[in-house]
Amino acid sequence: MNLTVLIVQAVTSFLATAAFGIIYNIPRRPLIHGGLIGMVAWLIYFFLYGWSGNDFAATFAASFVIALLSQIFARRFKNPVIVYSVSGIIPLVPGGLTYTVMSRAVVDQYSLALHLAEKAFVLSGAIAMGLIFAEVLYQIFKKRHLSNPGKVGEGISMFKK
Amino acid sequence: MNGFQGSYSMNENKTGFAHEVAAICVLAGKILLQNGAETFRVEDTMNRIARNFSVNEAQSFVTPTGIIFSIEDRDVTQLVRITHRGTNLRKVTQVNSLSRLIAEGELGLSEAYRRLKEIERSDHVYPNWIQIVAAAAASSCFLLMFLGKWEDALPAFIAGGVGQAGTIYFHRLTKVKFFSEFMSSILIGLIAVLSVKIGAGSELNKIIIGAVMPLVPGVAITNAVRDVMAGDLVSGLSKSAEAGLTAFAVGIGIALALSFN
Repeated sequence: MNLTVLIVQAVTSFLATAAFGIIYNIPRRPLIHGGLIGMVAWLIYFFLYGWSGNDFAATFAASFVIALLSQIFARRFKNPVIVYSVSGIIPLVPGGLTYTVMSRAVVDQYSLALHLAEKAFVLSGAIAMGLIFAEVLYQIFKKRHLSNPGKVGEGISMFKK
Repeated sequence: MNGFQGSYSMNENKTGFAHEVAAICVLAGKILLQNGAETFRVEDTMNRIARNFSVNEAQSFVTPTGIIFSIEDRDVTQLVRITHRGTNLRKVTQVNSLSRLIAEGELGLSEAYRRLKEIERSDHVYPNWIQIVAAAAASSCFLLMFLGKWEDALPAFIAGGVGQAGTIYFHRLTKVKFFSEFMSSILIGLIAVLSVKIGAGSELNKIIIGAVMPLVPGVAITNAVRDVMAGDLVSGLSKSAEAGLTAFAVGIGIALALSFN
């Protein structure tokens, strides 16, 4: 891993995440913050994947960080959590894998396609688990340390403030 | 909503008051649901607004295609059918701040209703051309993030931009679901194949993956899983069906284009 790779990855992931925010009509300030969250998460994913080769763990860690940072930003700037988390998730989504599934399926390699589809499904699960895990931790923290405790597991209350 | 007066007070006319609170709650819920908020946020916001107008017996049931809102002992029930959904998170943010203002007791019934109507009417933050440029830029950035080659960034840029323009255009042309995704992915695939044929691009797969990212229903799938985990089973399952069909539309479109390769 050299410095050029790091810079290219950081800049492109920031731009890609912020650009997705534009497609989702996110207002300007959360757009920049969302881009930063997306950048941090992608760098974590990129280096964890490169280091361990385990994309499940890398995806989980990155989405965990997205959810945690989004909670903090949402609380600080009084915006819904979704405007911070939504575009950061995009690079983690196994889009390339889904594409490979379809391209295998149309050339009649169904067993390979099915195998990859299961993997894509598990990776989406990893994203969701990372988000939920961060949120439960945040709820517990809030209950312990802040004046207005919410009940842990009361709905999946990521977006209640 | 016809006949909205905004002039009832709690003691004067309890049923009329409850009707107007219900109208505000349902309108807020409708805006949230149509613009990409999650199921439990919609339900939570509606109940919260009702509680802030001291209506404590409110119940809401939200699915991707409709909202049922009812106030138990006042015989008030409203049903709203949601036919089209998009993602405009600015409106979600605005409704969120409005609900904060209501919680602080700074807005009366009629003022809240008027502001919600304003939010509902407001347009996109960014004009179409900016959205197209954003999708194009995102596509080439994704290509580089997935360790594609620099020379492929331009084909991905063009394919992603054309894909987004196609999505906007076909969506305006017809409201048939999945059609715009299908047509745009055909366009993306054709541009990618063409660029490799004329030598402008080298890795076909990476170009297509980068350019197709704005169409992939990644957020929809993640939200669906999260809805199921939050206990909103109906929403979760219907959202996953929708996301699955979108993924199929994109996949088949790409596959069709690849047959020209």
